Amino acid sequence: MSDKRLTFKKRLHIIKHHYRGKKMAPAFNAFHTFLFTPDETTHNGSHVRAADDLKRTMNTVILALVPVLLFSMFNAGYQHYSAINGFPENFSLLEHFLTWDNFWIGIVKVLPLVVVSYGVGLLVEFIFAVIKGHEVEEGYLVTGMLVPLIMPIDTPLWMLAVAVVFGVVIAKEVFGGTGMNILNPALTIRAFLFFAYPTWMSGDKVWVHGAKEGVTQAGSADAISGETILGYLAQGNEAAYQAKYSLSDMFFGFIPGSVGETSTFLILIGGLFLIFSKIASWRIMVSAVIGSLAMGLIFNGIVDAGWIPEYSKFYGLMQFDFWKHLIVGGLAFGIVYMATDPVTGSQTNRGKWFYGFFIGFISVMIRVFNPGYPEGVFLAILLMNVFAPTIDHYVIRGNVKRRMKRLKNAVVLPTDSSAAAKELKAETV
Amino acid sequence: MGIYYENYGFSTIFGTLYVKPKVYNNMSKDIRIKKGLNINLVGAAEQTTSKAVLSNVYAINLDDFHGITPKMLVKQGAEIKAGEALFYNKNREDMMFVSPVSGELVEINRGARRRILTLKILADKEQETVAHKKIDVEKVSKEELKAYLLNGGCWPFIKQRPYDIIADPDANPKAIFISGYTTAPLAANADYILKGKEAELQAAVNALGKLTPGKVHVSVGKSSASTLSVLQGVELHRISGPHPAGLVGTQINKLDPINKGETVWTVSPQDLIIIGELLLTGKFNPERTVALAGSSVKAPKYYTTKIGTEISTFLYGSGVNSDNFRVINGDVLTGSKSKPDGHLGYYNNTVTAIPEGDDYEFFGWNKPIFNKISATRALTFSWLQPNKKYDLDTNTNGEHRAFVVTGMYEKVFPMDIYPLQLLKACMVQDLDEMEQLGLYEVAPEDFALTEFICVSKQPHQKIIREGLDLLHKEIG
Repeated sequence: MSDKRLTFKKRLHIIKHHYRGKKMAPAFNAFHTFLFTPDETTHNGSHVRAADDLKRTMNTVILALVPVLLFSMFNAGYQHYSAINGFPENFSLLEHFLTWDNFWIGIVKVLPLVVVSYGVGLLVEFIFAVIKGHEVEEGYLVTGMLVPLIMPIDTPLWMLAVAVVFGVVIAKEVFGGTGMNILNPALTIRAFLFFAYPTWMSGDKVWVHGAKEGVTQAGSADAISGETILGYLAQGNEAAYQAKYSLSDMFFGFIPGSVGETSTFLILIGGLFLIFSKIASWRIMVSAVIGSLAMGLIFNGIVDAGWIPEYSKFYGLMQFDFWKHLIVGGLAFGIVYMATDPVTGSQTNRGKWFYGFFIGFISVMIRVFNPGYPEGVFLAILLMNVFAPTIDHYVIRGNVKRRMKRLKNAVVLPTDSSAAAKELKAETV
Repeated sequence: MGIYYENYGFSTIFGTLYVKPKVYNNMSKDIRIKKGLNINLVGAAEQTTSKAVLSNVYAINLDDFHGITPKMLVKQGAEIKAGEALFYNKNREDMMFVSPVSGELVEINRGARRRILTLKILADKEQETVAHKKIDVEKVSKEELKAYLLNGGCWPFIKQRPYDIIADPDANPKAIFISGYTTAPLAANADYILKGKEAELQAAVNALGKLTPGKVHVSVGKSSASTLSVLQGVELHRISGPHPAGLVGTQINKLDPINKGETVWTVSPQDLIIIGELLLTGKFNPERTVALAGSSVKAPKYYTTKIGTEISTFLYGSGVNSDNFRVINGDVLTGSKSKPDGHLGYYNNTVTAIPEGDDYEFFGWNKPIFNKISATRALTFSWLQPNKKYDLDTNTNGEHRAFVVTGMYEKVFPMDIYPLQLLKACMVQDLDEMEQLGLYEVAPEDFALTEFICVSKQPHQKIIREGLDLLHKEIG
């Protein structure tokens, strides 16, 4: 409230007018509007406007991701040290998990991913904004946060940078920027890396920091492993994961996996926050959960019916309890933070039910049937991104047909001046 | 009353889970709207009426008559009487637009390509009004009645849908709708301004009843004792629910939606009084009760004044409490920007003054907000106190962006129409889509609320207006 801030505000105002109409205006405005909501007023139409803007909407999603990010930083260290020294006997949250040692691994390994993701992505956004002369839009604020959270921990930074450039340019900017894209940019970045550098994105060596470099277990010459639960299941090695992880480990997220995907508990809280704040669609979340449970039940049913032999390579994942699919792998994270992207998802309320359902359904299906990489959430969401406009099309046709039917039943009156009206008049006279 | 199963044909697979019998009860007189949002603002007009100071100059703003090409009948400097035609509609030569007062036409203000913007009349001290011969609505024919209203200057008060323009006198409207239920923020309360006007209102609805083979639908609030509720020969509906329940478009959509090729006429109740008075006395009386409201007004209340009067004649009677405020001709959602020396619009019975929001707000996009209305709970807390009154300014609270968020408009848009998709169809000028998605049924004002809550700050009303104009031009 001091005079200093007033002059700061005024000074920025003067600089804004200095840049007006110039090439660098979008770049300056991006920083300016970050500090101050602009002095823009309404013209005609609605003279008052609600408090929310796109920045606030995006910021809400970021807030919902912060607990997940913090958890993932601790978990990075916890998984690393536990792989070397073995999991602690009597696990205590404060003693074994929320430690500086663990957090330090997070700072060294997770934070750089965040920095590179935001740095490279926003740079591309700024360049496009300046070249095309539009404002820097907020879409990347969320994408930039999602990208590091869906990466394996040891992803090389240069690889991430290349993928971010690809994702932002090809998935978003060529379509016209925020609001115009067909595919979710964060998942496109993930898909790019998955197909371009599969050895860094899958297998049993990428999910725990150090495994790829061949860090050895304490007191042994064996390299540490970073197999995920789904990985064990795909090998039919159920006992191995059960020895290591309890059900509560899976739910609270003390398991290996992509950086931010492990804690179903915090994701659930983030999801509830997004539903409560009315930012993300509860319809998509609920229907995606239903879809994944449905597919899981079908697989469980196949196993129960004895249609599949135990030596089948699908047996391990098929017999996995249907509801457990939600607490391992990236399904929960994908449902809450990626499937609910309003731009790439279905836009009609009815369409959202179908869109969400198929995301859950297909995620579990791919998970079970993909022998090389037992995870399918990102592929399922990308697939449904492509189908979302089709779903909407049929939902909207329903509305149009209702209107057409009403028209068919309606008796359209002739105008007074038309020939029919004159005839009618002549008859009545 | 009939039961109607939705049949989607190929899209049945997408509809099956949701098919439920819909009861279309046209007979029912009550409508309860659930979707919507009441925007509670500080500065509602107190229900007392004062007489405004007489204005020296009266003005007619031609923008009020959307789509009309005026042809002047009197020259600059000419003396005219109140109720005497100033100009007519070029496409419809018997449609007269009359002067609200007697005096001298002192100014014809023209814009680009000599388009007439405003007409200014210096009022005489002694007012003289053209006296038409009185007619008996019961006895005259429909054509005679139309000619009387057209000539007497009352036709422009009848609007039509589709296109939200002045009614085409040749159309045969399937129904006429009058909404006497006020839900728009700070708007003049219809119940209050219609008090004691039974005779005029009855005369007007009798005439309107003659112009349509269908019904004259009149709506009032759920427990309102409005003058409208005692009228004869109309279909009375009791409405409840948040804004936009009071908008005539919402009511049409619920009672008798417009199909392609059909026409519906609408009249706002305060204009019925003028129509009624012309029929009863033969004189055009432009007097109306106007609500002066808004947080920038010291003593918001009602004033009796005339169409075209200078706004300052009553604005400063109530006093203003800041220098930097905006005068709106109409309510905050649909009115047009004006100035203290602007003039009361032809159709307006509300003038609102609210603070201008031309200032920056430090971290306005991420700090918790308690003093503004929001349709979300994204660190915005208006949901905690739904009845609290807010002092909103004209700041946009953010920058214009592409459409991103989905599913929000539907929460405040009660019609059976997909608002986002219709807006997009208008933006890309896809005539087929515009038609199929229901553009015939809407007016810009129906999109005021979606515009209010729009996170992307898109100009919804302008998009719809341009879409309607395009459709009108192409399909007619």
